[in-house]
Order: sequence, then structure tokens, then C-alpha cells
Amino acid sequence: MSKPKGFEKPAGVRDYLPYAVERLRAIERSVLDCMKGWGYRQIMTPTMEYYDTVGVASSTSDQKLFKLLNNRGTTMVLRSDMTSPIARVVSSLLKEEPLPIRLSYHANVYRAIEEEAGRESEFFQTGVELVGDDSPEADAEVVALAVASLRAAGVSTFKIALGHVGFLNGLLEEAVPGAEEARELLKQGLLRRDYVGYRETVSRLDVSAEQKEELQGILRLRGGREVCSEAKQLSSSKLAQDSIDHLCRVWDALEDYGVAEHVLIDLTMIGDFSYYTGLIFEGYAAELGFPVCSGGRYDNLLQQFGRPVPATGFALKTNRILDGVDGIQTERELPVLVQYTAEGRKAALQEASRLRSSGGIVVTRHVHTQDDLVALTEAAGKYADVISFTG
Amino acid sequence: MAEIIKVAMPKGRIYKKASALFREAGLNIPLDVDETRKLVIPLPEVGMEFILAKPVDVPTYVEYGVADIGIVGKDVLMEEKRDVYELLDLGIARCRMSVIALPDWQPGIQQRVATKYPAIASQYFREQGQQVEVIKLNGSIELAPLIGLADRIVDMVETGQTLRENGLVEMERIFDITSRLVANRVSYRMKNAEIQRICDALQNVIGVV
Repeated sequence: MSKPKGFEKPAGVRDYLPYAVERLRAIERSVLDCMKGWGYRQIMTPTMEYYDTVGVASSTSDQKLFKLLNNRGTTMVLRSDMTSPIARVVSSLLKEEPLPIRLSYHANVYRAIEEEAGRESEFFQTGVELVGDDSPEADAEVVALAVASLRAAGVSTFKIALGHVGFLNGLLEEAVPGAEEARELLKQGLLRRDYVGYRETVSRLDVSAEQKEELQGILRLRGGREVCSEAKQLSSSKLAQDSIDHLCRVWDALEDYGVAEHVLIDLTMIGDFSYYTGLIFEGYAAELGFPVCSGGRYDNLLQQFGRPVPATGFALKTNRILDGVDGIQTERELPVLVQYTAEGRKAALQEASRLRSSGGIVVTRHVHTQDDLVALTEAAGKYADVISFTG
Repeated sequence: MAEIIKVAMPKGRIYKKASALFREAGLNIPLDVDETRKLVIPLPEVGMEFILAKPVDVPTYVEYGVADIGIVGKDVLMEEKRDVYELLDLGIARCRMSVIALPDWQPGIQQRVATKYPAIASQYFREQGQQVEVIKLNGSIELAPLIGLADRIVDMVETGQTLRENGLVEMERIFDITSRLVANRVSYRMKNAEIQRICDALQNVIGVV
């Protein structure tokens, strides 16, 4: 690569100019306030962590982590999400804190990803973690809070798709017992959203025609609560049945939250199997081509930090909401100009201070002679008002 | 009122076969659409809008969500690796991706492979345990072994006519190619009923489970 030009910055990172920051802060504040209303308290953790702790535990694949060496040669990572740093804190600093623990965050996270398709190397996430409760109620709370947060962020039309990794694990275990490799292929097909590849793998499997039909049938498990009963008929595996029962209970709770209209079930949606352990979900806004939030249950993460407790959570992709949704609009508040000549300075600065303490935005300007004063007519669009002090 | 589905259609070779398939599936695409030079074609009668794109760009349009669904060859999907749903094998525009060389090819010390598909070629040879230099070309790939730019090429083979005329042989088949129906991640959820309707109609015609 040639030497960067002065205006260039590394791929995947961006500058936020004042008008964008104002909107970003408005979204952030509104969402964090919403989370606060549900009893989630905000936490901050360092940008940099050890590779061997947070880096290894995170769901981000190794080649997507930003790694660096510190002065002792220890490998560090820039945090790729907030979930594993929070797991570290909950297992150490908050070890004695009684469960459940409710935490929220707004943070920039880093991933070394191709710069295309809306993917950035540094981006903002606003989210929550609910630690120490594995009930359907806890899952429903987090989904309902995701709905409330999307609303608070100004997203008006959206859907949240629910899935459950236990269902597919149970169903595949039963349908293709022992064939670890085949199961992996099937999961890969679903994970890569390659239904054609999935069907091809199914058709090559050494199982009965009936079972093949069942496996193909998974691809249609999408819709409302009725999907649960369809799904239950597809597999008699205990894990799959239990997972569906759990999903039904979450759905019922979401109906009582009054948010079921925003929710759909999609049992083909699978997250990273090595990380998620139960209910998973993803949110989509009508205006955006990419998901705006994702979350789920990760009951095995905290034990890696020595506190084996269940946990669930989600993160909003705040940048994408900023880029694609204009639900929250911020008007630029124009400042008042207080201008003064040397003789009027004291009075001017006192007036500015008085205006600021009552919440006003004031910029001050020194002029050498009265001829340099800005006339009120020139101020339009720049200043809300012009006040002059000439002694 | 159902939402309009934006369909990224590949211009050229695949287009006519794809629009014929839509017609067979009962989606009434007027015939004159096939001849038009317009790039965006509203089709309100069938609740769709065609966006005519260069085939390699179809997955990009769909990934960004400016098109809800698209039709594209597996070759492009493999090369571009875009994050889209691959819903259906349409079974049209059938051909294959192959390694091609002159009949007397022998592995040399510095192996060079010319191709329009550098990602596919690199991945394939890595999987074969061969380290090769991949040279990206934009057309007339068959020329490369004839004039000594590369000793092998990776390219799409339909009938094999061009190869025979140039004295080349197909050495290995990498994978089979057909056109696929792809969908955007969000559209597939937000406009699921409409997309599923199109998908089912097409599925009925091509007869997959």
C-alpha cells in the first residue's frame, strides 16, 4: 500500500461530525434511559483486554480479533464485544453480588472485518446482560427490553426473530445419530444461510426418506406460535422438545408483555453453536438491509471466568440505527453571540456566564473596534441572538 | 396491500431463462420486458420490480438490501461470498467450474493459474495442497495457456465448445453451477410472506422438495 494521504484513516473506522454525534448521543441516552427503567445499571470496562482471558472467551473468531502486543510481549485484544468483559467483571469484582445481576452498556467495540457491506472495524453497541437467571421469564425480559430499546432508539417498524439452538441440536442428534461430520455440515448450511447446500447435504444422508423429509421441513419452521407445535412433531428428542417448551413459555410471556406482534419464530436461525446455549434472537428494521440487534443465552461463558452461572443479553448495533433510521432527530441549537470591545469585556463575560448557568449556549467574541461588531442581520442561521458590550 | 419485492436480475445469459421461469411459475412478466434497456422495471401486476444488474453485482445488491431477492449463478456466490440467504436452486443456466489446461500439461516449478474467479481458484488449489500463483483476468481466459501467460486456467464450462476449438482439455471439475434464488437477511424476515410466495411458485415449477 502506498503511504496514506493526510486525510485518510484506516479502513473500517470513521469520524463522527457534531451533527452525527448529537444524534448518536440522543439515541444512546434514550436507549440507556429505557434500560435504566428496567433496572439495568450501566457499566464501563477497558477497551483493551488480555487475549488469553476475554479474547479467547469471546464469540468473535480468532482472525477477527484485533491483537496487539504490550511492552512485555503479552498479547492484548481490543474488545470485540462487551459480553465477555462483563462476564469477567461479574466473576471477579462483582463475585459477591447477589444474582440476578442486571447491567447495561454503551461502548465501542473492534473487529477486524472486511470493510464492505456496512461492516466496520470500530462500532458502537448499546446492550444489556442479565446474569444469574435461566428461566423463560429472563429470556422474555431480555427480548421485551430489546423491543423497548429499539422503540427508544426511534426504530418504528421492526421484527425480532427467535430461535433456539437446543431444538436443532436435539433434532439433528436424533435424526443423524453418531454422524458428527454430517451434523456439522447441516449446521454450517443453516449458519451460512445456504438452504440449497443444506438440502443437498440432507439428500445425500444415509437416513430414511421420512427423516429426510423432516430435515427438509426445518426450513419451513418460521412464523408465530403455531410453529412450536409443528416443530414438536418433527422430533421426539428430549432436548428438542424441552427447547420448544421453553420457547413457547417465552412466547407466552412476550404476549403478556404486549410485544408479541413484533416477534416471530424462526427455528432455522442458528447462532454460533460453541457460544450460544439456548434462546437466540435477531432484530430487523424495515429501513435497513442488515440486522439491528442480536442476542441470546450463553450459559457456558461465565464458567470460563470461574463463576458458572447462566446469562443472557443483547446488543443494539447503534451505528446502523444512526445510519439508517431517522426516528430520533436532533435540531441544532444555535448559540447566542456575546461580543465585546475591551471596555465591555467584564460585563460581557458576566452576562455570558449568567446565560450559560441558566442552560444557554454562548460563544464570545472580542472585537477591536465597534466597526467590527457583527450586526444582528448577519447572524441569521449562525446565532440565535447577538448581544454587544462596548463599555 | 402486499409490499413490492425488488428483484435483482442478472443481465445477459441467465436473464431470459430466469424470466421464462418466472412466467412458468405464473408470475406474469410481460415479454417486452426482456427487450427493454431500462435498468429499473416496475411490475406492479405481480408485486415486483426488476433491477437489471451485472451478474457479479447481484449478491452485492441483495446483501445491502437495495434488492430484496436476486437471481445469480453459484459461481458468483462462491466468488463473492456475500452474506445472503441461498433459498433455491433454480436448475437453470447449468454449467460447471473446471480446471483447464493444454492436453500435455505437466506440473512445473512455478505454477500459474489464470482466472476470472481468483477467490475460487485460490481456495480450490489450497484445498488440493498446491501453492499456485493466481492471475486475475477479465475475459478470454482460454488465451492464457495458449500464449504462455499461465499453464492452467479456472473457468466456467458450459458445452466445452470453446475449449475444443482452442485445443484445451477440462482436467478437473471443481463444482457444478446453476442459478440460485437469493434473499436479503432482513427482507427475508420483514417481507417473508411475499418472498415465500415467489419462492414456492418457483419451487413448484422446478420441482424440488
